[in-house]
Amino acid sequence: MVANALFVRLPAQRGSDASPPTVSVFLNDTPLALPADTSLAAGLLAAGVTRFRNATVSGAARAPYCMMGVCFECLVEIDGVPSQQACLVRPREGMRIRTMDTLPGMVFPEGGEVRRATRSANGDTP
Amino acid sequence: MNPQASTSPLSYDVVIIGAGPAGMAAAHRAARHQLNVLLLDEQPEVGGQIYRSINSTDPQREAILGPDYRHGHALAAQVAEHVAAGRLTYWPNTAVWQVDTDKTLHVLRDNRPVTVQAQAIIVASGAMERPFPVPGWTLPGVMTAGAGQILLKSASLVPSEPVVLAGCGPLLYLLAVQYLRAGVKIRAILDTTAGTDWKLAWRHGRGLLKGWRYAHKGLSMLREIKNAEVPFYRGIEDLRLEGTDALERVRFSADGRQHSLDAKLCLLHQGVVPNTQITWSLRAEHEWDTDQLCWVPTLTEWCELSVPGIYVAGDGASIGGALVAALQGDLAALGVLRQLNPTGHAGLSQEAATLRAEIASHLAIRPFLNRQYRPRDAFRIPEDDVLVCRCEEVTAGSIREQVALGCTGPNQTKSFSRCGMGPCQGRMCGLTVTEVIAQASGQSPQDVGYYRIRPPIKALTLGQLAQIDP
Repeated sequence: MVANALFVRLPAQRGSDASPPTVSVFLNDTPLALPADTSLAAGLLAAGVTRFRNATVSGAARAPYCMMGVCFECLVEIDGVPSQQACLVRPREGMRIRTMDTLPGMVFPEGGEVRRATRSANGDTP
Repeated sequence: MNPQASTSPLSYDVVIIGAGPAGMAAAHRAARHQLNVLLLDEQPEVGGQIYRSINSTDPQREAILGPDYRHGHALAAQVAEHVAAGRLTYWPNTAVWQVDTDKTLHVLRDNRPVTVQAQAIIVASGAMERPFPVPGWTLPGVMTAGAGQILLKSASLVPSEPVVLAGCGPLLYLLAVQYLRAGVKIRAILDTTAGTDWKLAWRHGRGLLKGWRYAHKGLSMLREIKNAEVPFYRGIEDLRLEGTDALERVRFSADGRQHSLDAKLCLLHQGVVPNTQITWSLRAEHEWDTDQLCWVPTLTEWCELSVPGIYVAGDGASIGGALVAALQGDLAALGVLRQLNPTGHAGLSQEAATLRAEIASHLAIRPFLNRQYRPRDAFRIPEDDVLVCRCEEVTAGSIREQVALGCTGPNQTKSFSRCGMGPCQGRMCGLTVTEVIAQASGQSPQDVGYYRIRPPIKALTLGQLAQIDP
């Protein structure tokens, strides 16, 4: 996963801490260690996440664009609350993060009746 | 100073929104004059974007970022000193979602709603990067140069593979230089400036001389890039970012020749513009700046908006850079002192005059920069197939169709197409929509106007709304 990451951490200088403190989070139910001292969006980019959400109309892949709270492209679900700006929060121990391409969409079957698609995950969200 | 303030902890003489250079300087001045000050900021640390993570940086990062970044230490130290001495209240992780003309602020502090009353407000919410609507600018792997710099400043993150930098403006070259110092490989720089107009440069000669420090810095950055032998393409046209689920290649023509570069990361930049979300939400007067091609709030010589008691300082007022921002923060704080106690401060007018002169001397270079790095029309007012509103996926062609159907302004595009109604609330498309409508309808941007921005200007949940005490 990290092999594909667009960004890597600068190699640490001699004498300084080799690696920053990390916290354990869950990304789409998979455990992941992220640096505690940087934004969630930065951590996810360095962990190789390239798709943060789907565009609401076309479903096209989207990922952070501005990293400063303006573009709202880094929206993810955090602890059950959707559409949180990942560039403005830091990861916390035990945080449950979902990229917003895994959220249930609306399915329009033949006949016009609308139902909610079921989520493949464990369904512990509201 | 304010008797009310001592009884209610959530009432302040002045609330400062944003802890970048303007906000920090304003807080320093206001705290020195014993005002009851609240400084709030969206980020977990002071510094704004320019001095991002200034309190937690390390020598390696500082060496890469260069001396201009280190200027932030003095301001951050002043803020820390006032906070430690109890002269300044500082709330990090605080987002403003509504500001009222009676100087009530509604904020989310660590995700909890809080209401604050102020006598005066200084909006120091800074700048954002100008939208860069080109085909494919929504693909993962396409980000702004500012985003790249924020990742470097706040997380020591740099591109893992050769990166393409495209656009124009000092920040693009600064990032290139910082990446070179960090050992990052730059695949190419695609320069979208129209080229130096030497006649014009001569006409701005006085400004260039007065702003020689800035001009010298710019030239030495370009020299550093040249010495590193980074492929440098000029006269860029037809810039297209291509890929399926992420960026795969960058196509463009340079001086008439077609090029295609494989790349997974392209960072775009064509200048910064004031982030006017708060001032528009206040229905304050704004003007279209024909040099900087953006909206600027109309201000008095004390940085006060058309809404009394609300001031704007820094790049949120007009683009001037970090040093100007700090001086303006200082000036706006003097404006607040004058408002709260019109006769109580001897020498205040003289101090303000000195600050204004200093600001003017820093701004001497701006007319030249505005001309030299004026983003070309093709990169601001795109072809029909280009997405303008990223959130609701509305193209420039769709906006032009709406104009043909009788749509006269940005607010009508909302009802035609939801343009500007997604989560970013028009931040990423507003300038483009104004200019596309202006071009298609033959009006001036000033006459076209802007979106009517309404609170909440930051998303909050119904649960958070329900927690607010009536």
